[in-house]
Amino acid sequence: MRATSTFTRVLFAGTLTLALACGQRTEQSAGGESRRTKPLTIKGSDTMVILGQRLSEEYMKKNPGEVVQVTGGGSGTGIAALINGTVDLAQSSRAMTDEEKSKAQQNRGAAIVETPVALDALSVFVNEANPVKEMTIPQVADIYMGKVRNWRQVGGPNAPIVLYGRENSSGTYDYFREHVLKKADFSPSVQTLQGTAAVINAVAKDRNGIGYGGIAYAKDVRAVGIKKDAASKAIYPAEATVADGSYPLSRKLFFYYPANAPERVTTFVQWSLAPEAQAFVSEVGYFPLR
Amino acid sequence: MSRRFEADFGRGERRRLIWNAAMTGVFSVAGWVAILFIFLIFVFTFKETLPIFTDPEVREEANLYKFFFERQDGPTLAEQFIWQPTSEQPKMSLIPIILGTLKATFVGLLFACPIGVAAALFSSEFAPARLREVIKPVIELLAGIPSVVMGFFALIVLATWLQSAFGFTYRLNAWNAGLALGIALVPIIYTISEDGLTAVPRAFREASYALGASRFQTAWSVVMPAAAPAIFASFVLAFGRAIGETMILLMAGGNAAITSFNLNDPLRTLSATIAAELGEVVNGSAHYSALFFMGTLLFVITFVSNTAGLWVIRRMQIRMQGEKA
Repeated sequence: MRATSTFTRVLFAGTLTLALACGQRTEQSAGGESRRTKPLTIKGSDTMVILGQRLSEEYMKKNPGEVVQVTGGGSGTGIAALINGTVDLAQSSRAMTDEEKSKAQQNRGAAIVETPVALDALSVFVNEANPVKEMTIPQVADIYMGKVRNWRQVGGPNAPIVLYGRENSSGTYDYFREHVLKKADFSPSVQTLQGTAAVINAVAKDRNGIGYGGIAYAKDVRAVGIKKDAASKAIYPAEATVADGSYPLSRKLFFYYPANAPERVTTFVQWSLAPEAQAFVSEVGYFPLR
Repeated sequence: MSRRFEADFGRGERRRLIWNAAMTGVFSVAGWVAILFIFLIFVFTFKETLPIFTDPEVREEANLYKFFFERQDGPTLAEQFIWQPTSEQPKMSLIPIILGTLKATFVGLLFACPIGVAAALFSSEFAPARLREVIKPVIELLAGIPSVVMGFFALIVLATWLQSAFGFTYRLNAWNAGLALGIALVPIIYTISEDGLTAVPRAFREASYALGASRFQTAWSVVMPAAAPAIFASFVLAFGRAIGETMILLMAGGNAAITSFNLNDPLRTLSATIAAELGEVVNGSAHYSALFFMGTLLFVITFVSNTAGLWVIRRMQIRMQGEKA
């Protein structure tokens, strides 16, 4: 009996200590926050996560004491967080809709500022063993709508086409649907994966696979040349073709924040546009703004 | 307690009684809080589903008819039942997703049931006591593998093996997802079946041996039928787990909502759909309510199957104890 009561006493004391410690910790952090700088939180596009992370690393190196937190989840997720006010800055690989902007303005009490931070070539990827070198946009659209199901139909081997894509919270998914499928539905056979990196990984492992995503992720896969239509020349995604606008699927990558955002947000955005930061954009694999 | 009682047992005992009361209180409160949480989650999920029945705007896009019966034009089932909640004309058929859930669960159970029961039979009837002491904890340890790890393994390794062995068109398909799910189900089936088999009274085995039956005959035709309710219950509980499992299927199933009975096709489950889409959905939209409807559906299915499983186990325990007495 003695042992039990000692045990319960220890348990009880432990619980109390824990409760007290927790209470104290929250107090400390609440007090600490007012003195130290609040972290800058960035959320959104999975396409832009590597870009945001690289920029924030360099920014924190340059400005000790500043804390920048970058997370992905998809452009839609970032925009939803911006509207709900749970994040300082949203990264998006698609433009915000007017409806989203007005909702955000209502909630945040200020207009939303749109700042392009880099250029991307939305690329169509195939396995390195795939002989198909170029495709027209209508061909890509037919493939993703499930009308073309065999590589033979686009000049490849006699093999079924295995479709990989992104989940519907992705800005890349929206951009692709709008500009390639012209707002038609994706085939239900598209396997939706979390993040461009997962899509690239799947295509790299699958001889018959096809995927799409930001150019910066291209690794162990081949980006095909894109023709606007059957009559035009195939353009490969590259800095020059994106810069002169000849690559048909080039797009801007955006930062979004409310106009009344605190200084830590605007300072970061301004720094991101400086030539010094734009150099990191190319290092990551995207293209700097002119 | 009465004053006489205190006088008899002194101060120490009085303190003991106070402690006893205090700790009883602490544990009761903790218990009730847990129950309250579950109840509140229940209420929350149902509340978010409700607009499907009440809100006219939501009902236009998401309602029971659309979930289960609406068909698009098209020659094949895959083109008729479509889940495209964010398209220009939202299509909200749950048929491909329910089918995907059932396919994964079917393959998972197909794989896990024989293995789990055979392992239980081996460790309770054939394995020497010392080996049994090792097998049991090791299999139960399998239950501790996080499902992310299992999903990642299936995504990167298992899918490649299966594709090179069977030449599947799709790396991620029902077999791959179901097999990975099956590995997670084995410990559930094993643990409960094993408990059931060990609980079969010795007298059953002795009677069987006395009639000249071999060890295998005894295990197969006497012990296993006697433990049948437990084995059945283990299947039901494994079913409940399989229906609700998220991470393995999100990673290894391919996530394509195709209305197809073919196990070589990729699949998408209810839980994986919720996990993938709930993050970006606009609160209060039809899509949001539809996802919560899926949650409610999952809740009801797992609740019913778990309750049924536990009920069978309970009945079996009562029966076994009755026979022992």
